[in-house]
Amino acid sequence: MQQYPGVTSISPQEKNLSAELMQQVAEHKGCGTSGGSGKASCGSSAAQGDMPPEIWEKVKNHPCYSEEAHHHYARMHVAVAPACNIQCNYCNRKYDCANESRPGVVSEKLTPEQAAKKVLAVASTIPQMTVLGIAGPGDPLANPEKTFKTFDLIYKTAPDIKLCLSTNGLALPDHVDTIKSFNVDHVTITINMVDPEIGAEIYPWIFYKHKRIKGKEAAKILSEHQLQGLEMLTERGILCKVNSVMIPGINDQHLVEVNKAVKSRGAFLHNIMPLISAPEHGTVFGLNGQRGPTAQELKRLQDNCEGEMNMMRHCRQCRADAVGLLGEDRSAEFTTEKIMAMDVQYDAGTRKAYQELVEHERQEKVAAKNSELSELAAQRSDIKLLVAVATKGQGRINEHFGHAKEFQVYELSTAGAKFVGHRRVDLYCQGGYGEEDSLATIIRALNDCNAVFVAKIGGCPRDELSKAGIQPVEQYAHEFIEQSAIAWFKDYLEKINSGEISHVRKGDADIRQGAYVAA
Amino acid sequence: MAYKIVSSQCTACSACEPECPNNAIREKNGTYIIKPEKCTECIGYFDDPQCVAVCPVENTCIVDTAYPRYQASA
Repeated sequence: MQQYPGVTSISPQEKNLSAELMQQVAEHKGCGTSGGSGKASCGSSAAQGDMPPEIWEKVKNHPCYSEEAHHHYARMHVAVAPACNIQCNYCNRKYDCANESRPGVVSEKLTPEQAAKKVLAVASTIPQMTVLGIAGPGDPLANPEKTFKTFDLIYKTAPDIKLCLSTNGLALPDHVDTIKSFNVDHVTITINMVDPEIGAEIYPWIFYKHKRIKGKEAAKILSEHQLQGLEMLTERGILCKVNSVMIPGINDQHLVEVNKAVKSRGAFLHNIMPLISAPEHGTVFGLNGQRGPTAQELKRLQDNCEGEMNMMRHCRQCRADAVGLLGEDRSAEFTTEKIMAMDVQYDAGTRKAYQELVEHERQEKVAAKNSELSELAAQRSDIKLLVAVATKGQGRINEHFGHAKEFQVYELSTAGAKFVGHRRVDLYCQGGYGEEDSLATIIRALNDCNAVFVAKIGGCPRDELSKAGIQPVEQYAHEFIEQSAIAWFKDYLEKINSGEISHVRKGDADIRQGAYVAA
Repeated sequence: MAYKIVSSQCTACSACEPECPNNAIREKNGTYIIKPEKCTECIGYFDDPQCVAVCPVENTCIVDTAYPRYQASA
């Protein structure tokens, strides 16, 4: 049997675990074991919880719809849809940098035929790739022929791959039935407002019924179509995620209203993302100095909305041609030139075997966490703190501090460990940061964390982190994240109770804004 | 007149191609071009030239003054 990273072996008996059994043992609701609000976060959540089985079946392998799944399963986007029917102030269609990762950016556009071959090539190389999304670089539904032709080709050759798409919603009501006919299970709508006054500050114009429409009138039409489309999807049983870009001073307060509006129309998951805005992107917001939110501002808004519905916090705001686990991008391995030269054998059996291994590992992880959590149950404390984790996936602390391109952030309390976000720490394009400065960048990005869990760390960063009040923790190298975080937190509380240490409240942290250089 | 596409500005997003009522737009060498003899400036079809209205980059679909104003045939 082929070996995969992080997955050791599996016995024949274990391989026969049925889907039902997996569901039963699958984890308690919440991104982690979150108590608190009583509403599963990340929808997503680790697990089935109180989710109906048919919904759990739809999300358990979808990295964007399940926080827990994103440690194990990968997605890919194919850039078959370059045209767009609206203009957004955070988007610049002229921008194309191979090293830049954010929505709307791609390196090459594909025909549906090229896209279908690429999907098969990736699926054969990366068995954990379970989801194919079309997210642009324009709007998939402004290119309906290309989008649906691509779905048709993939549906015929690789029916086990989940299809999804991400749209601004303007053309959505016209296409809901076609979407349903291709068994598309997941649709994401980007909804940044439900108030045209606010919309006019985000969208300069839309192209609708052969006219360019501007201002509030444009925003009103867009908003009506988005909400109507959402209702139509819900009626047809298609899971719908709503993405919102948090733009401080424009829609940050208003997104609570958006959250209520989309929840009442049946959205499954709400993903509030920070605005990415830097002058070098050439966007209206980048050029007019509109800032993005800080880590605390983003988390506060997400926490405020969480009582209302499932919140997604693990979004990496990926490119329209991204390939791989959410924290990574392997698109450079699958350029058109390379794909056309590949002899692709689609092996559904290997993919299935791998996915069974993941299920097995997933269950182990849950069991480990639950046993650790039961020991925490005796502790009483109001302390809530954040810790950062360096991971390559599989839900383990398995990345060297110096190699980490991002850190995952967990909130620890006596209720357990809850995933609340991630911080990118790739090198910045602008400014020419050197080695020394990259450490300063990381410290700014983790400034709100009390500890950072790593597989290994060098002497110099260890000292610098400690000076900044962030404790480097190596003792749980290669262990499961949540189990380790809970064990560490238990020790932490005991040391505080014994007076050995005192708890320090941390400050705010930066969310990366600039372009970055891929390693 | 007819419209033309400034190729250095064109992102090749293809949005204009299906909007053209005259099928005057096609891709050529990684950018899009308008065949001037087919372009009617959308006169007789729409109030606004569609390529201009849908193009995401300002001042990319512009009037080509090398051609006389389109006259709808009587």
